[in-house]
Amino acid sequence: MTAIVLDDVHKAFGKTQALKGISGEIAAGRLTGLVGPDGAGKTTLIRMMAGLLKADSGALRVAGLDPVHDGMALAESVGYMPQRFGLYEDLTVQENLNLYAELRGLPRDDYDATFERLLDFTRLGPFTKRLAGRLSGGMKQKLGLACALITSPEVLLLDEPGVGVDPVSRQDLWRMVQALTGEGMAVIWATAYLEEAERCEDVLLLSEGQLRFRSEPGELTRRLQGRCFRLKGSEEKRALLRQVLARKDVRDGTIEGDRIRVVVDEGVDGDALASLGDVEEVAPRFEDAFIDLLGGGPGGHSPLADQMPDVPELKDPVSCQHLTRRFGEFVATDDVSFNVRQGEILGLLGPNGAGKSTTFKMLCGLLKPSSGEARVAGLDLRSAASDAKLKLGYMAQKFSLYGLLSVRQNLVFYAGVYGLRGEEKQNRIREMIDGLQLGPLLDSAPDQLSLGFKQRLALACALMHRPPILFLDEPTSGVDPITRREFWTHINGLVGKGVTVLVTTHFMDEAEYCDRVALMHRGRVIALDTPDNLKAQAGQGASMEQAFIHLIEEQDDA
Amino acid sequence: MNGSRLLAQIIKELLSLLRDPRARAILILPPLLQLMIFSFAATLEVRNATVAVFNEDTGQPAQEFVTDVTSAGFVGHVITVHSRQEQDELIEQGRALLTLHIPEDFSRHRLAGQPSPVQVILDGQQANAAQVALSYLQAIAMEQGNRIEPMVLRHAFNPNLIYQWYVVPSLSGILSMLIALAVTALSISRERELGTFDQLLVSPTTPLEIILAKCLPAVLMGFVMGSVMITAALLLFQVPFTGSLLWLAGALVLFIISVVGIGLMVSAVSETQQQAILGVFALAVPMVLMSGFATPVENMPDLLQWMAQAIPLTHFLVIVQGSFLKSIPADVVISHLWPLALIALVTLSGATLVVRKRLH
Repeated sequence: MTAIVLDDVHKAFGKTQALKGISGEIAAGRLTGLVGPDGAGKTTLIRMMAGLLKADSGALRVAGLDPVHDGMALAESVGYMPQRFGLYEDLTVQENLNLYAELRGLPRDDYDATFERLLDFTRLGPFTKRLAGRLSGGMKQKLGLACALITSPEVLLLDEPGVGVDPVSRQDLWRMVQALTGEGMAVIWATAYLEEAERCEDVLLLSEGQLRFRSEPGELTRRLQGRCFRLKGSEEKRALLRQVLARKDVRDGTIEGDRIRVVVDEGVDGDALASLGDVEEVAPRFEDAFIDLLGGGPGGHSPLADQMPDVPELKDPVSCQHLTRRFGEFVATDDVSFNVRQGEILGLLGPNGAGKSTTFKMLCGLLKPSSGEARVAGLDLRSAASDAKLKLGYMAQKFSLYGLLSVRQNLVFYAGVYGLRGEEKQNRIREMIDGLQLGPLLDSAPDQLSLGFKQRLALACALMHRPPILFLDEPTSGVDPITRREFWTHINGLVGKGVTVLVTTHFMDEAEYCDRVALMHRGRVIALDTPDNLKAQAGQGASMEQAFIHLIEEQDDA
Repeated sequence: MNGSRLLAQIIKELLSLLRDPRARAILILPPLLQLMIFSFAATLEVRNATVAVFNEDTGQPAQEFVTDVTSAGFVGHVITVHSRQEQDELIEQGRALLTLHIPEDFSRHRLAGQPSPVQVILDGQQANAAQVALSYLQAIAMEQGNRIEPMVLRHAFNPNLIYQWYVVPSLSGILSMLIALAVTALSISRERELGTFDQLLVSPTTPLEIILAKCLPAVLMGFVMGSVMITAALLLFQVPFTGSLLWLAGALVLFIISVVGIGLMVSAVSETQQQAILGVFALAVPMVLMSGFATPVENMPDLLQWMAQAIPLTHFLVIVQGSFLKSIPADVVISHLWPLALIALVTLSGATLVVRKRLH
């Protein structure tokens, strides 16, 4: 049965063509992934299906209805969960449910039964009196889902439900959604995460407003059978990745623990890589296929890192001892100790609310520890003189840039704030423009740029003063896989020069780039090891995500 | 303190204030429009008032008095009534601003040289307008009496009571205060919302540099707008200027700095722009009301008079009004300048401390 029909749908916002003729069908009783990088048109399409936007041309039928003309009827047969939760944060869980029941016109007599069913389904029962704003990211999504399910809809539209949700909560969401499709509901799950796409039954792959692929994800992945390998060389992994990516017969390469994952060109045999190390064939993933479809990944060479001088030896670049921070009764960071060695990438991973950000903020001197100490380059940044702060480069979540200043003005500003002047200032700015290819958009405002470009600009601003230590707070959130590879190419290049990196992330494949991962849960570091060792703890052949869930559940059971 | 760091931030502040044409328009046009609108519309003069006359006296003095009243400038429409009940109804229904009741013995008392009272009922809902109208009425009555007992009333400094002479100079202070408050109150909280504030805090720049950089563009903005409005008062509204322009300019700078300090304090303690705007609103209204613009400070209870001294606008209004109409002497200006300087010092150090505390 077909739940949604799209027929040559177009939509433009001003000069921007958001959707350039999308046609397709979405089946009932199946989970359909609406997949694509940031700005591909996913949200526009979802909002059209929900009757919130009108198509410029083309036709749309959702559950047999025209979303614009049959708005009233549509509201009963479509459940919609917007990107930013769509909850009233100042109301409790129960009050949110009551409000949505009221808005949806649920008969009074059905209230109790419906709420019981939804609270049971979402396991939010114990939290009905908690304010929605106080819930973790995962719980907010579950409550959002419950609100969208108040009247049992035929079609459920979820706009990026996985953003800001840790693997444990995400697993819960999957379980819930699978139960719903089992009842015959059509569920649309928009996402930029490709590992999420892989788990959908059907996939609509959007890129720049066009439908690039529509089928089961397995079909796309199968095309890469025999072209994906795992390589273990004697060389240092980052240097090996550079070598691999420099080869003409390689489509894509990423770091996986202390190995390299390689996708080769069609018709190339795995033996071609044998000169680099031990080669082992692996099953292709959806992300491999996605990159292949878009013409392969970027090269492994970072012109930015080439310009950087080698970092002189630094003793004890980042360390914290018994670091603790309380907010009232709540202990956000609880007795955390670790050291980062020079030229190492340390990843801070953990579910929402685990204390990653709090720990991170104390290290860079933005927050005062309740007890314990945090040191960067051997100094406490809170009391350190201004010069000591020159050792630190900081890239904030969501790329904090001045939206009212142009790209060039942002660069000039950060150069100035780090005390650069005269010819040196001009040289550094030019280096950043060349190294990160910022040239063509120097006079645009950052707000109008793609997320990937903003990320490059934010990196440029953080590196202007050539810091030996780099702090990255969720540096690739919402950025598409190709841009993410480019970003890590630069970071890998910098690490090669001796830069020390501390990074927080939600992406499991990003954890693979780290030399060591500190897994945080409820304010404590519950595991600190190399990605490979962590995976080994979860069993043979486990993925990073499985390792993450395993370690956290083990902790919770203990 | 590092010059290039400070300069980079000042340029950043100016650009984020003025780069966007729409933001520029929103910042500059409304205050100028408000100056025009308030100067012409927000006047305390009463015109076109409806007056009811209930005259029970047929004598000549009564007739003359009625003629004088009905032909007075402030009266637009006269309703003649013939009973007390009719008169009360008009007031109750709000159809007349005031009623004038002349009793039948008015002329007799008048001619005998005795006090000759008339009854005036005012619409208390329009308290201000009614009070003003009453004073006009008293002037008319006085003129009538003049033939018997001459008496002179003269308003010093503003003999014709031209309302704009009072309002326009005061508005230059009020409006430039509002601009400076809004610009600064949003500046830190906006960066906090964007996340750029953290970025600033991890950089080598110091809290003092951050505050100074946020201060200068706002002072510049407030000073330019204040000067434009004072110029408008001089040239457009032709308010006589009797003081010293130099003293006034100096006072304007100090006044804006002290206001900027208040704005930055609000901004530093606010987490979001919404909080900052509400904070400005909560401060700006009482600051204007207690500054002496609406009611004289001397008429307030002692406690409020003390509080009024802590409001920069109170001092600036004395200086600006004095400079225009009263040829205010330099020593009086100075006695109001040092409180301004004190307020600026306290609020700016306060803002710096709050930023530093957030850091630690």
